[in-house]
Amino acid sequence: MTKKVKVQKYSTYWDRNRKSGGYLFRKDVANVFVRFCRFILLFGLCFLILIPLFNKISVSFMTKEDLFNPIVISVPLHFTGENYQIAAEIMKYKVGLRNSIIVSLSIAIIQTAMCTLVGYGFARFKFPLKKMWFAFVLGMIIIPPQAFSSSLYLHFNMWDFLGIVKLIKGQGINLRGSALPYYMMSFTCCGLKNGLYIYLVRQFFRNIPVDLEEAAYVDGCGMVKTFVRIMLPEAKPIITSCFLFSLVWQWTDGFYSKLFLGNTTLISTELSRLVDSLGVYIARIQGGGANAQVGVSTQYSNAILATGTLMIVFPILVVYLFAQRAFVESISSTGIKM
Amino acid sequence: MKKQKNKLAGLQKRKAIAGYLFISPFILGFLLFMLKPMFQSLYMSFCNVTLGAGSVTMDWIGIKNYFDAFRTDPDYMRMLGETFLQMILYSLGIIVFSFFVALILNQEFKGRALVRAVFFLPVIISSGIILGLEENNQLMSQIATTVDASVSNINITAGLQEILRTTGVGVKAYEWVFEIIENIYDIAIASGIQIIIFLSGLQTISSSMYEAADIEGCTKWESLWKITFPMISSIFLVNWIYTVVDYSMRSDNDVMDKIQTVLTVQLNYGLSSAMAWAYFVVVTAFIGITSFFISKGVYYYD
Repeated sequence: MTKKVKVQKYSTYWDRNRKSGGYLFRKDVANVFVRFCRFILLFGLCFLILIPLFNKISVSFMTKEDLFNPIVISVPLHFTGENYQIAAEIMKYKVGLRNSIIVSLSIAIIQTAMCTLVGYGFARFKFPLKKMWFAFVLGMIIIPPQAFSSSLYLHFNMWDFLGIVKLIKGQGINLRGSALPYYMMSFTCCGLKNGLYIYLVRQFFRNIPVDLEEAAYVDGCGMVKTFVRIMLPEAKPIITSCFLFSLVWQWTDGFYSKLFLGNTTLISTELSRLVDSLGVYIARIQGGGANAQVGVSTQYSNAILATGTLMIVFPILVVYLFAQRAFVESISSTGIKM
Repeated sequence: MKKQKNKLAGLQKRKAIAGYLFISPFILGFLLFMLKPMFQSLYMSFCNVTLGAGSVTMDWIGIKNYFDAFRTDPDYMRMLGETFLQMILYSLGIIVFSFFVALILNQEFKGRALVRAVFFLPVIISSGIILGLEENNQLMSQIATTVDASVSNINITAGLQEILRTTGVGVKAYEWVFEIIENIYDIAIASGIQIIIFLSGLQTISSSMYEAADIEGCTKWESLWKITFPMISSIFLVNWIYTVVDYSMRSDNDVMDKIQTVLTVQLNYGLSSAMAWAYFVVVTAFIGITSFFISKGVYYYD
């Protein structure tokens, strides 16, 4: 015999509210209030983060007159694309963009591949002196290359290893000014923020169950094969995020680019000397010869700078729009813990 | 039995070799490119370095460079102190801010993915050289002041500051708080990664804990302190270290700037290295001490 539980139905919201002693209504009001506050807060913070970008966009479309017009604040009176033309010409945008894409992509691929290997080695193998080597990795995260840039300059001016090169050639090799040493450094995990990538990859691999590997070993899979066939497919998220980070950070990097790739036109290095180049450019246009110093107003040079920054950021923004999930969610999937 | 043991040792040996093969790129790179500059820089900080044509001469002068940095140089000591205070202040601000934002972003609401994307955007955009450029872009700050001026009557912090000043509550403390609030933009753009790390920590807490607490009559506020806080305390440690390292090594802070100036303008390699190493020791010591105290408070669930 089944008992039918009689559910009393209250027809209206207010009926139910009365029945619950006003609890329902209070709860709903509190909910709406919380949502409202959250909206205001998040909207404000998002606005705060985005406003410099919006400002740059509006400034980049202004003509010179608009910049000096006190009435014009954020919406330009005369729309113009002239700033973009000038910035592109000064920054050698076409060449720079092509070089930047080649360098960033290749460096990112190399760094990601090597850091994945090293990270896996640290996560899954026991070997003597492992703690020492890992301490060096942590050291590389904590000590940035800028801290000892003085001796890096010297080191790469007269690069040598244990005096071998000196024995053969009489003096060290000058490695600065060519792209080769930077590729070598990327191959050996000494590039920009590589310590961080190694650490992230290691954390990720440590969270994968050991059983998976052991099963592969028992079935007669070798170490390399296990890594390629079993572990790599598991690590897709972290590899994607490492690749994206190294791509983006390489794109905007100034330090290593200046140190090694001084002869290559990259948009990041071009941007950092944009204001100086602008002065030279304007002097040349006005035909004043080399020593005619033409003062460029701060407003104008800053407008060009803003335009240049936008032009650099734009490709990254496109990448970010498409790979936003990979950026944000891959970090959370590493489950960083001490 | 004995044979088996031997075999195990063989496997371990093979694994050790494989491990070394896997990390060999790093070892190679570290020995070839990093080790020498690091030690050379340390050595140079005790030397008088003179650059000739294609040669460097280093004369050992003991701790004179350090003495110069701290006693002779007019700015270094002051900059070090200021940067150190700022580092503490901002790191605290960033941690609190990112924890708070992560708590909000962990809730369910419409457009959450969009808001997350916006908060993470600065990590991508304000990196590398762009960060340095934004610092001295006067046009942008001019626009900001214009906007500020038009809303100057409703400046909340100034009003509050006025009230607190007249009542005279802990002057120094609230000044610091206001400094953080007024520089909320800097904090917001510096906390993208921390927010994501906190979020990932929050998502690992199983919802059954909150349900149990809810049934037992726990309010949201209580469960924040009794469940959320202890469960992600290890994340606080990670974030704290990351924040301090990130903040202290930013190229736009005073000390790093000073080091670069001494190097590239004064061409004083020895002094620059000494300054860098002194700063680095201070920061590392700070990280060591604070993380020791934080790790004492960390709660491990499993």
